Amino acid sequence: MHPAPSIIAFSTFSGLGLGLLFWLGVDPTAPTGWVAFAFFAIAYAMAVGGLISSTFHLGRPERAIKAFTQWQTSWLSREAWCAVAALVTMGIYAFLLVFFDTQVSILGWLGAAFALATVYTTSMIYAQLKTVPRWNTALTSALFIALSVAGGALLSGRVTIGLILLLVAGGLQALWWKMGDTRFKQSGTDLKTATGLGNIGEVRAFEPPHTGTNYLLNEMVYTVGRKHAQKLRMIALVLMLVVPVLLLLLPYPHIFGLLALISHIAGVLVSRWLFFAEAEHVVGLYYGMR
Amino acid sequence: MTQLPEKTERKMGLVIDLDTCVGCHACVVSCKGWNTENYGAPLSDQDPYGADPSGTFLNRVHSYEVQPEGGPAQLIHFPKSCLHCEDAPCVTVCPTGASYKRTEDGIVLVNEKDCIGCGLCAWACPYGARELDQAEGVMKKCTLCVDRIYNENLPEEDRVPACVRTCPSNARHFGDLGDPDSEVSQLVAERGGMDLMPEQGTKPVNKYLPPRPKDRLNEEIDILAPLLSPVVEEPKGFLGWLDKTLEKL
Repeated sequence: MHPAPSIIAFSTFSGLGLGLLFWLGVDPTAPTGWVAFAFFAIAYAMAVGGLISSTFHLGRPERAIKAFTQWQTSWLSREAWCAVAALVTMGIYAFLLVFFDTQVSILGWLGAAFALATVYTTSMIYAQLKTVPRWNTALTSALFIALSVAGGALLSGRVTIGLILLLVAGGLQALWWKMGDTRFKQSGTDLKTATGLGNIGEVRAFEPPHTGTNYLLNEMVYTVGRKHAQKLRMIALVLMLVVPVLLLLLPYPHIFGLLALISHIAGVLVSRWLFFAEAEHVVGLYYGMR
Repeated sequence: MTQLPEKTERKMGLVIDLDTCVGCHACVVSCKGWNTENYGAPLSDQDPYGADPSGTFLNRVHSYEVQPEGGPAQLIHFPKSCLHCEDAPCVTVCPTGASYKRTEDGIVLVNEKDCIGCGLCAWACPYGARELDQAEGVMKKCTLCVDRIYNENLPEEDRVPACVRTCPSNARHFGDLGDPDSEVSQLVAERGGMDLMPEQGTKPVNKYLPPRPKDRLNEEIDILAPLLSPVVEEPKGFLGWLDKTLEKL
């Protein structure tokens, strides 16, 4: 799949922002006043910035509001609703914390639930697709949620729980890669089932329908970055897991915590790039490519 | 609405005969010709006369080589357009309701005024039947020529999809696949019509007729063969002299 920068930025930063909102919501002694303002400003900048960047890849962004209508069947529509619910609920919660030093815990918990639900709906946009076997697993949702809460813990300065969640997210990431490598084969879809010609003999794509490229090949048959996939996986894992864990074990949590956070975000961006670049869509079979 | 109808009154669709398709691409051209100037936004081309042309097509013809065991390879031309699936995954993923499947005839359509061009339906389709028009920013797909098949301004023989009307080898058939007595349904029953990627669970309405079995070279040699004298054993005349001379060298 084509790794569109707007989608990578959207899913990474909105995931982090929503993760931070989650921790602010469930915090029994949430910050108040200017400290709260700073935390919520970061969370909103990331979550809203991510959501806005997601509209950049639309062919018709001016009609984006229509995406709220089909929540009964569409995960993308459900994501839109959950995002608005999370941002509005947490907005009221933040307003009361910042300006009235009042914590309404029920609002916080509700907002935290909506924040996680938003990350889950985002993950389901990918995990629902049978056409992309690597994504089509419940592990995709587990990975997205783990990365979101781990990043949120780092952002909110929670060292111990952050360390644990980083390890969980790193483990899920490694497992997701390992299982993902065999998903296409397991899906049972190959050129034989795609053409229905398998019972005659071996099928080979002889001639494509056109000499140039097309939307399908650009969007769904992205093969450029795969040759360095293994190296990039190691880079992603080192940046998002190993470096932050080592830094968090050092004293001076403010400075090293910030460095851990930056390293983690860089790692997640690499991993999210691979998430798309490595994903193979079954339509590639028709073109004799993967 | 992106909820799929539980049942459609008819299942209009295509039956494509892989045995008779000659791969002439006439259906591709007539499809583009009709659909670029009728239903919805035109089918744009990018850099059409330049070094790197590309464009939106609703129908494309692939060619595959199939190698049977112990026989010559076969070349099979393979037209592919929207299969108007009963369980169309492209419809349910649409966030705006632009994609829908009609209850009356099962045709899957895009209401372009509602399409935001997110591309998720194209991701959900295993067949590559949907293409985002790069000029218009909306999703384009086969409409089964919905503006021809019910069009009373056209002569009756033209009230079929453009690809079917134009096919010179009669490899494309149009009809109601929900009616077991229709000509297309009988054709499917007779020739063992098949689904593409059945494991994807999309239940395509369009069916493909597999190529008919080819003749095999008879392995048995005529029992009279040993009695027949060989036509030429050794060259004679000048070639014979040349052969002998070269042999001696």
